[in-house]
Amino acid sequence: MVQSLNRLKESPSQTAGPYVHIGTTPNFIGINSVYPDDLGLRPCPAEAKGERIIITGQIFDGSGAVLRDALVEIWQADAAGLYPGRGEYRGAADPNFPGWFRQPVDGVTGVYRFETIKPGQVPYVDGRKMAPHVTFWIVARGINIGLQTRLYFGDEQASNETDPLLARVELKTRVATLIAERGEENGVPCYKFDIHLQGDKETIFLDI
Amino acid sequence: MRNAPAPNHNGGFYQRDRAWHPPAFTPNYKTSVLRSPKHALLSLNNTLSEMTGPVFGHAMLGELDNDLIRNYATTGDAIGPRIIVHGRVLDEDGRPVPGALLEYWQANAGGRYRHKKESYLAAIDPNFGGCGRSITDEEGRYWFRTIKPGAYPWPNGVNDWRPAHIHFSIFGHAFAQRLITQMYFEGDPMIWQCPIVMGIPSKEAVETLIAALDREATIPMDTLAYKFDIVLRGRRSTMFENRMEGN
Ligand SMILES: [Fe+3]
Repeated sequence: MVQSLNRLKESPSQTAGPYVHIGTTPNFIGINSVYPDDLGLRPCPAEAKGERIIITGQIFDGSGAVLRDALVEIWQADAAGLYPGRGEYRGAADPNFPGWFRQPVDGVTGVYRFETIKPGQVPYVDGRKMAPHVTFWIVARGINIGLQTRLYFGDEQASNETDPLLARVELKTRVATLIAERGEENGVPCYKFDIHLQGDKETIFLDI
Repeated sequence: MRNAPAPNHNGGFYQRDRAWHPPAFTPNYKTSVLRSPKHALLSLNNTLSEMTGPVFGHAMLGELDNDLIRNYATTGDAIGPRIIVHGRVLDEDGRPVPGALLEYWQANAGGRYRHKKESYLAAIDPNFGGCGRSITDEEGRYWFRTIKPGAYPWPNGVNDWRPAHIHFSIFGHAFAQRLITQMYFEGDPMIWQCPIVMGIPSKEAVETLIAALDREATIPMDTLAYKFDIVLRGRRSTMFENRMEGN
């Protein structure tokens, strides 16, 4: 026998189930009298610095069907590449930028949509700059542990080419699953980012 | 001899033990079949994108946010066995996680959710919404009052039932710690028949999701209590690590 390290184990994950909205966005499903509004559904303040963008897409299962019960959260740096929350030690981020947003997908179309700003670059562990990216976290019925991935921007080709995470992808054809191409919606840059849980176009998910 | 500074626990988070969590593909839980990625996950050390996270202040909480017996009620208290659920949010080193946001949701005492897609015959309780939230205090503690949820049937096998449970969404200090799980109740034989629970590989891991009846925390003649501690990923210290600065 040796001494015990006395560590605890992380609580095992369980699926968010079909009623995740009751707990996370109750107003969205008509439970209106408990909280004044839904956390993370507040729009990005107009005062936030940076280029305003839209990120939108759908989530598909292995048969190509659209998920209509998923919840998506994103976490990203501000326009200067600083995170607005805990754990950022490099300086103060834009006080008007929340960095975190949450959206249930539409119950009929399955479309999610974030109005945010384009993030700046954040350093990797060795100090090299990562390409601008947005961290995604997806939960739903049938997903036993939340899926993490990243959106990279199609118009940031040069920095994408040197990004340490993208460089780790062995099957280069899969890199495209993390890159959202830039389009436009009523004059606002719009990035379409579909997520495929399974199949030929399966998105790269992260253990990070 | 002068010592190097004491460990500062602001390094990367401990690697997630994927063999402890349920795998993505658990065919007895049928919805997972088409919603489970088939490729291996891409593993990478934490970067600032995972080591940071949003802050939720106590100021956002309403007075009844952690009282599910009252926070939706209009004509009287929610119906059902009155319980307190309390516990601590800790990391894998046993350190409290203060300022963690917990959001919880559940069915009513009859096992019915307040949701338009819900089709179970059990009656809706007009005074029960089914959601609440807390932010942990300096010692990582949280508590809320609710009614004990009922078991309910669900369309998976022809006769599958979920054990009584409360769903929890937890925000710790960093996006790497983001977690959703469920709490079960001590003594419930249905736990061991549930395809969702049994997706967890070991009995030992399942047991960490079963809240113990806590007689000392009950309110006599009023409310039973269950204690449920939640553990989030621990964090490496940076005692002898080079810390990158400002680039
Ligand atoms: Fe449930």
